[in-house]
Amino acid sequence: MSERPQPLIVGAGPAGIRAAQALVAAGLRPLVVDEAPACGGQIYRQRLVPDGRSSRDLYGSEAVKAEALHRDFAALAGRLDYWPQSLLWNLRDGRADIMAEGTSRQVAYDGLVLATGATDRILPIPGWTLPGVFTLGGAQIALKSQGCAIGNRIVFLGSGPLLYLVAWQHMKAGVAVAAVLDTAPFSAKFNLLRGLPLFPEIVLRGMRMTAELRLAGVALHYGVGDVRILGEERVEGIAWGAAGSERRLPCDGIGYGLALRSETQLADLAGCRFAFNARDRAFLPERDAAGRTSMPGVYLAGDGAGIAGADAAERAGELAALALLEDRGLPHDAARAQVLEAELARIGHFREVLESAFPFPPHWATAVADETMLCRCEEVRAGEVRRAVAGFGVHELNRLKAVSRVGMGRCQGRICGAAAAELLAHETGRDLAAVGRLRSQAPVKPIPLTLALDAHREAAE
Amino acid sequence: MSRQLSIDVAIIGGGLVGSSAALALRGMGFTVALLDQGYCGAQASGVNYGGVRRQGRPIEQLPLSQRAHAVWPRLQALIGIDGEFLRSGHLKLARSEVDMATLEAYARETAEQGLDLELIGHNGLRERFGWIDEGVVGGSFCGGDGHANPRLVSTGFAAAARRAGVHVLENTPVHGVTRSGEGFALEAGGGLSLASRFVLNCAGAWAGPFAESFGEPVPLTRIYPSMVVTEPTEKVMSVNIGMEGGGIYARQVERGNLVVGGERALPLANADFSRPRGEGALAIMNNAAALFPGLRHLQAIRFWSGTEGAMPDRNPVISPSLTTPGLIHAFGFTGAGFQIAPGVGEVLAELVRDGQTQTPIAAFSIGRFAATSARTDAGSGAGQNQEPNQAGEIRS
Repeated sequence: MSERPQPLIVGAGPAGIRAAQALVAAGLRPLVVDEAPACGGQIYRQRLVPDGRSSRDLYGSEAVKAEALHRDFAALAGRLDYWPQSLLWNLRDGRADIMAEGTSRQVAYDGLVLATGATDRILPIPGWTLPGVFTLGGAQIALKSQGCAIGNRIVFLGSGPLLYLVAWQHMKAGVAVAAVLDTAPFSAKFNLLRGLPLFPEIVLRGMRMTAELRLAGVALHYGVGDVRILGEERVEGIAWGAAGSERRLPCDGIGYGLALRSETQLADLAGCRFAFNARDRAFLPERDAAGRTSMPGVYLAGDGAGIAGADAAERAGELAALALLEDRGLPHDAARAQVLEAELARIGHFREVLESAFPFPPHWATAVADETMLCRCEEVRAGEVRRAVAGFGVHELNRLKAVSRVGMGRCQGRICGAAAAELLAHETGRDLAAVGRLRSQAPVKPIPLTLALDAHREAAE
Repeated sequence: MSRQLSIDVAIIGGGLVGSSAALALRGMGFTVALLDQGYCGAQASGVNYGGVRRQGRPIEQLPLSQRAHAVWPRLQALIGIDGEFLRSGHLKLARSEVDMATLEAYARETAEQGLDLELIGHNGLRERFGWIDEGVVGGSFCGGDGHANPRLVSTGFAAAARRAGVHVLENTPVHGVTRSGEGFALEAGGGLSLASRFVLNCAGAWAGPFAESFGEPVPLTRIYPSMVVTEPTEKVMSVNIGMEGGGIYARQVERGNLVVGGERALPLANADFSRPRGEGALAIMNNAAALFPGLRHLQAIRFWSGTEGAMPDRNPVISPSLTTPGLIHAFGFTGAGFQIAPGVGEVLAELVRDGQTQTPIAAFSIGRFAATSARTDAGSGAGQNQEPNQAGEIRS
């Protein structure tokens, strides 16, 4: 076994930590690579410097889980290799290119667990690129990691559980929350009642947060449409509603997001087969219940493989590690795997409930104005995409990218790709699944031109 | 479901050669079908470096290259877009006195060809192109050359051909071509049968089997050029840059991104697709940072590669079949097809209409491989760091 390269885990959030723990418990020594300076992922992100806030302040009801993860990962020190602040920017032929400590290292691995997490799903609206507009996740990171708010008077906009959670966290932190604008109708929230038998504590917690927001005087608006972010140089306010019944609110910060989207670039570079997932409205890497992909030795865990949340991620991380052990012919706890699979199935059912309570806005592609910026990296507006679709007769997403530059910039389509697919499907009258998905290319995130290959510091043998 | 289509000319391969030939033929009044196994312009024609360059080509390519040179400024009229074509000039650099002597020799040999090459010494480079590393010895400047956006040009030719009435059939692989009466019968994807008087084999890296099926095997291999793109920045590079001996080539596009190439990529499990190697991409990036010191702070945001057909003598095959009347080959451009392709399209159309062309193409005959028993090889093609679209590194 010592002859084989070590397993590689990408991401030190809930999924990555539990995967690492299970591999270490089985006597393996994984390498854990993570972009953040400290473990925890986005949801359990740690402060950059101690600032007097308690875990309860940072993580609310999830403080116990956050502390347990941080503590458990710290306890693995010495039995794994951990590269924080490191970017895995390319995968091919069983080797990873990782930027760490200023150089790029090529690392051979035997077994790859991708726990790459998720980012906010965005649909462009007028003004979304103005300074002062953040994703919900971005607003949350600013608050957790640096203890700062994105504005003095903030509006939270969009859909998904994160909308209310982030608004509530800001309210609790003493930030003035001007309003929560939910793009879904209030009636959709009744669907949450179907989730009560599955996870009563989560549903009730959500209700309590909503009630506390109301008690604190935060205006909650449902079924919000025709949203325009106002301002010249930066955010000055927000307007919504059709002409005649328009509403306006002044604000200097906006947190925006429409649920989450999986970070799947590395699974794509690893060669995993993808399939369209109607619930997430995205192509996702295929996996079995334990996280095995179509590529032998490549496993998926957590939100990077489909949005299911942090509790699911912990279980999926451990389960993927157990699958890796089983596939290597090593002792593994099959009974434990069964328990984890059952728990994941239950969370999966609850996820369906959440989707019906926070539905995707159905008419965005119809309504988005030609002058709205679609791809902010390459500065491509919706109208240019429509003209490219008509002029070149394209009906596939990579062809659209080729002729319009959408998805070609710094973010490689991670921000605009979902919207581009929605618009292309609408313009061509095709199903979302039929327009395909953007093929991933290295580097998954920008890397410096001067990045040098460090030939001497490969992974620990 | 079976469909039938009867046309004058069936073109296999919707790259820039095939689609420009389709457009030219349609303009002559022929009925044309343009078939591609995937999307038109999605392979080497659409994912190459984008150099529009005559300088450095072997002398036998220059008449054809000059013919294409006249097409590029007319793109707007021809296909409705300018394809971001920019007559920036092409500056080929010399790292050493030996390389400079090679550039000087090339300028002498091609003096009658109308390239108007200008040799520039070290001080001249410092004055006019101060953003280039001062270690460079000198260069050769061709003011009429430039660069363009291959993604737009190749797709644009196919779109224009479609508007002109060409049957553009994407996602339609050709499974077989046979001689039938005075013409050809083609079996294609989707149950499509075509009858045509002429067949143009413009299938790029996939052209070998079609030639072989008519008794004309060719030593066609594959190469995978490797490119790096930086984030956009203020306009610094005024010209398209090449390097004598290869290793690096670079241009700055209209939007401000640098496109830099120089290494070879490797194919993926599906050999029709490729991606740059990590260490290869880093080498390109580091070379660019060294050659353009003022741009070393930039970030690389994107890599790409493509699949290109290559011939051992680095010249393409542009040739009527020697075995089969009505069959014409045009493939194997070896990473240097982008600039000449619109000229090749015109030549192919003339060969169909007149049976001959005024542009000399004898050097590109498919017969030149008859002696060396050839086979189609889909190998890696990994090898020298030659400049895609810059065949000038060929030294006899």
